[in-house]
Amino acid sequence: MDAEQTRAVLAMMWRIRAFEERVGQLKRADEVHGLIHLSIGQEGVAAAVCGQLRTADAVYSGHRAHGHALAKGASMARALAELMGRRDGLCRGMGGSMHLVDVEHGFLGATGVVGGNIPLALGSALALRAAGRDAVAVVFFGDGAVQAGLFAESVNLAALWRLPVLLVCENNGFAEFSPRSAHTPVERVRDVVAPFGLAGGTVDGNDVDAVWDAVAGLLPAVRAGEGPALLECLTHRLRGHYEGDPDRYREAVSSAEWRERDPIARLQRAATGDGRLDPDELPGFERAARDEVERAVLAARESPFPDAALAASLVYGR
Amino acid sequence: MITTYARAIGAALATAMRADPSVVVLGEDVSVGGPFTVTTGLAEEFGAGRVLDTPISEAAICGVAIGAAQSGLRPVLEIMYVDFLTLALDQLVNQAAKARFMSGGQLGVPMVLRTQGGAGQRGAAQHSQSLESWLCHVPGLKVVMPSRAVDAAGLLASAIADPDPVVVVENKILYPRREQLPEVVEPVPIGVAATLRPGRDVTVLAMSRMVSESLDAADQLAAEGVEVEVVDPRTLVPLDLPAVLDSVRRTHHLVVAHEAVAHGGFGAEIAATVQKAAFDDLDAPVERVGAPFQPIPLSPGLEDAYLPDAASVVAAVRRVLGR
Repeated sequence: MDAEQTRAVLAMMWRIRAFEERVGQLKRADEVHGLIHLSIGQEGVAAAVCGQLRTADAVYSGHRAHGHALAKGASMARALAELMGRRDGLCRGMGGSMHLVDVEHGFLGATGVVGGNIPLALGSALALRAAGRDAVAVVFFGDGAVQAGLFAESVNLAALWRLPVLLVCENNGFAEFSPRSAHTPVERVRDVVAPFGLAGGTVDGNDVDAVWDAVAGLLPAVRAGEGPALLECLTHRLRGHYEGDPDRYREAVSSAEWRERDPIARLQRAATGDGRLDPDELPGFERAARDEVERAVLAARESPFPDAALAASLVYGR
Repeated sequence: MITTYARAIGAALATAMRADPSVVVLGEDVSVGGPFTVTTGLAEEFGAGRVLDTPISEAAICGVAIGAAQSGLRPVLEIMYVDFLTLALDQLVNQAAKARFMSGGQLGVPMVLRTQGGAGQRGAAQHSQSLESWLCHVPGLKVVMPSRAVDAAGLLASAIADPDPVVVVENKILYPRREQLPEVVEPVPIGVAATLRPGRDVTVLAMSRMVSESLDAADQLAAEGVEVEVVDPRTLVPLDLPAVLDSVRRTHHLVVAHEAVAHGGFGAEIAATVQKAAFDDLDAPVERVGAPFQPIPLSPGLEDAYLPDAASVVAAVRRVLGR
């Protein structure tokens, strides 16, 4: 990443971090509704992948999707309004955290069913190719989805049809409340898909420069129609599976360990160390993000709740 | 033009594909026509880019159809047997049916899922079911169930043009049936019933294969002086309730006939709805014809006895009329 790209990615990571920390507070205050899954600690993957996509590229995600939606261009205020069940939410208050969609920016959606969106990305890729465009589809999913049958079906089909799709696995080592080792003897997702010959590999997902470089290396070939790729990003979620999760199944990360792993802190250290960024400009990223979040909170609170007639009108298109 | 139910569907697919390059067909063995020859010839005319053979991965190919529909194609997915739709239900129910609603109207899923059900070919319990009532239970899906070639073709044309996911439940016994069709088959609007035989004594609302059984039953009963009106809803969701009520208000008696297990079947929904809406017009409780609450047996005598037929409709009409 050059300096400008680094600034953009760091700004996005801070936006996601500030948004999610505030969402956690608002959840405890009962202003945000529903099941909330935060990606704090994983922001680098969303920012580095989506930072290299175009609006025409289609992005799908799972239940831990706030970062992907924001990184693909969704308005923070409208995303927050959605989590609060308000009429000006991205989905008019009908979907919430697990079902964020922002068609205008090519975020075609999150899903609450683990692995449920992976084949949709394939279909989107099929349609983009049929239209003769060099757009790609990208789907984010966790390592828990890899054990779903849909994953195996989808990897096979993507490889068979050489679809322009980038599969991004955020391997945070935990599937809901269980370590990966409790669900599968295969430690690396890369090894699960080895026979299919996908491009890609495994990177440290909290090393944002490494994620960026890996995506930069894969994307042109996917875009050119040379077939799908799978990028496994090893990462760590700081929070529990969902907000309210007592999180007793994991050893707490010490603050020293966290500073070591935190993708934001790591990028700031790296980028100031090699001169891409000036240490003086760092506080501005966080400040701007937190200011934006507070503006989003005020805007979302102003938005009315949707009425039943609106809900009834959205079941069918005709 | 004499054709069959299967050939009429294939012709409707070809017509839609000629008219709109965004229409694609995908499914298992579709390029060779599948076991029922419905899609035979499409690959030759439209090529492998628009007639896509898939692996036996019902869940993934349903998801592919959904994603393709969300990004500009109009996919027509074939699930070879409705029994296998179970494998794709997460995709159909959680992804396709709810996408428009959950996205606040941003996403549409203009896809068609063609499948077929029904017993009568000694297919036993996993290749013979009638599972349409499950689909009718899901807001966001439309469900059509044609009984005639003309409706199978006409409803398919409407389904392909529809902005919502439409499941077309065909019937394997009907595929080879011959029927006179006009040279140009007009689209049949979704949500409109057809009265296939007028009568003043009792309404039989029959679905899919039970339509022809009900018409046979009506012939038998006519010899006894009973006039049966046979109405085919053609679309189950959205149901043409006004047409059903109009008929019931004239005949004051209703029999609902489907091949699916009666227990929890769509006939129960129709019976409850009609009894609520037209209680004062009914002279007797609504009668239902359906299969018994057990899996479908292989053994020929048992399967034949299991399947509702014209005799079941005759018996139900007699019950509802108190004769």
